[in-house]
Amino acid sequence: MTIWIEIDLCNGCKLCMKACPYGAVELENGKAHILERCTSCGACVEACKQKAIQTDAQPRSIPDFSDRKGVWVFAEQRHGKLNRVTLELLGKARELADTLNQDVSALLLGHGVSDLGETLISYGAQKIYLVEHPTLKDYRTTAYTQVIQGLVNQFKPNVFLVGATHLGRDLAPRVSRRVGVGLTADCTELEIDPDESILLQTRPAFGGNVMATIANRYSRPQMATVRPGVMEAEERLDNKGDILKHEISLFEEDMDTRVLEVVKEKRRRVDLSEAKVIVAGGRGVGDAGGFKVLEDLAAAMGGEVAGTRVAVEEGWIPSDRQIGQTGQSVRPELYIACGISGAIQHRAGMMNARYVIAINKDPRAPIFQVADWGMVGDLHEVIPEMMAQFKAGRNE
Amino acid sequence: MDIIVLVKQVPDTTEVKLDPKTGNLIREGVESIINPDDLHALEAAVDLQETHGGKVTALSMGPPQAIDAISEALGMGVHEGILLTDKAFGGADTWATSFTLGKAIEKIEEYDLILCGRQAIDGDTAQIGPQVADYLNIPQVSYVCEIETIEEDALVAKTRLEDGFERIHCGLPALLTVIGELNTPRYPLMGRALDACKEKAPIKVWNAADIGVQTSQVGLEGSLTHVIKTFAPKFKRETEMLEGDTREMVGDLMGRLKENRLI
Repeated sequence: MTIWIEIDLCNGCKLCMKACPYGAVELENGKAHILERCTSCGACVEACKQKAIQTDAQPRSIPDFSDRKGVWVFAEQRHGKLNRVTLELLGKARELADTLNQDVSALLLGHGVSDLGETLISYGAQKIYLVEHPTLKDYRTTAYTQVIQGLVNQFKPNVFLVGATHLGRDLAPRVSRRVGVGLTADCTELEIDPDESILLQTRPAFGGNVMATIANRYSRPQMATVRPGVMEAEERLDNKGDILKHEISLFEEDMDTRVLEVVKEKRRRVDLSEAKVIVAGGRGVGDAGGFKVLEDLAAAMGGEVAGTRVAVEEGWIPSDRQIGQTGQSVRPELYIACGISGAIQHRAGMMNARYVIAINKDPRAPIFQVADWGMVGDLHEVIPEMMAQFKAGRNE
Repeated sequence: MDIIVLVKQVPDTTEVKLDPKTGNLIREGVESIINPDDLHALEAAVDLQETHGGKVTALSMGPPQAIDAISEALGMGVHEGILLTDKAFGGADTWATSFTLGKAIEKIEEYDLILCGRQAIDGDTAQIGPQVADYLNIPQVSYVCEIETIEEDALVAKTRLEDGFERIHCGLPALLTVIGELNTPRYPLMGRALDACKEKAPIKVWNAADIGVQTSQVGLEGSLTHVIKTFAPKFKRETEMLEGDTREMVGDLMGRLKENRLI
């Protein structure tokens, strides 16, 4: 595909420059000019109000998807234990489904997992497609793909959400290719476009430097994986749902993989997603010893300690406590950022905290822009003072 | 054992900065590198080949300058490189990319194993591996941190989970996506890397016609998802800066926390 500019139509408004994710449009003598690094992504074509940006791509017609109904959530379980992201997805799915005036279904696959159905209903599922079979006991990519392909083809959902966990990121792309649909990875925001009634999927790109909103206009279901810890689970005890058993035929001898052994490692990954209070440290903490003070504060407040990529790279805290684009996303009640400058990659992981306290020596540190309360000062003095006053307050 | 390694050239995103005025990415001066996870895939491939024999091919889709990534792979000991490059491939989402790579692999024909990095640092989707595996109708194992044994028709791999690992027996041919824990990539040998930049280097460049695809099936036109807007992340809050000495600031803070029932 080629993209070019009709110079006479261009009014130099720069909308295309704003739209370009690659910085590949520049103004030359007051007219847009496309640079070599253009990847033909087409973002500028849609942005241009003058219709000055042209392409040789054939306009595509959007198929009729009026028979596609319902928001589906993949219920991730391993060995009978439901992954929390499933409940978060159900919360979001209900919101989307209410806007579309459609209902929420959960896909529950496994062996001996039917009792998880009640939990799924109490978090918002109105229908549960339950598929139980001995070959589904352990998660296996191709077996799960085959079953989901059958369900999608038979029941024709509109939207299908999967948690962006290890399992979800293995399964969702395989399913998307199999059923012939697009897939957006690792979304942090989902909403329904009021005009087109399509799912707008927003995700960080380029290591969290840019947010991109992606549409999936040409295929159904609109599939997305969603970052754990970003959406909010909501318990709905009055919700009613039906469990529909779905029969399948699968044979062990047809399986191309076998799980030989599952080994749990103790506290391999600390679950920061459920922490109410997180005390996080960055470069300003100075050394591993500095984190001891943060740990003490976290322990006193019943929270967890965490840190930035720098803190992990310096070896001050283990990598399973990293917050940010390449670490975990969290949504605690209270996030205490200590000696953290607030790089965009870090903010991506903590923006959903309810309240943020920032402590930094540098009054211009970007972390202050995303804090509710800021304190300019040396954390090595501020934190012990916080400990002292917190303890004194509790003893009152 | 014939192995194909999928390689992507990416901008070093840890170097990417935003223009504070326009909110656009500043791409000038940002180095292009082989995607970090892919280096581990290349290392694993060359290492397996040294023990089991066979041929290792590096396959990449990208603009013409992505040939540098192929040269670097040859420097690490890969036997042959193939670059898929065509204006028509531009703007591809993972649906169109996995189709294009799948078509090229069908043209290569002979392979026992396909290795790729878990995900690329510019897109972070982790979708290409599983989608290529599905296109080729072969099994996949993701997040591989160790290849325990490998025989003619099957392998046993350890894969990383959030809370431990699994050992998986998988029939061949198969596709594995690998993580950094798997190995330490070797540095390219200078002489080999220089040879790889010469005219006679074993590098093939294929366009859309070479792999038998129509332009409507690839690139932006063949994609099912489209970026409709991009913006700088906004996280701003109404910040209250607390004043005074440490004791006063912390005293103020405790008051705020109590008001909001946080303590």
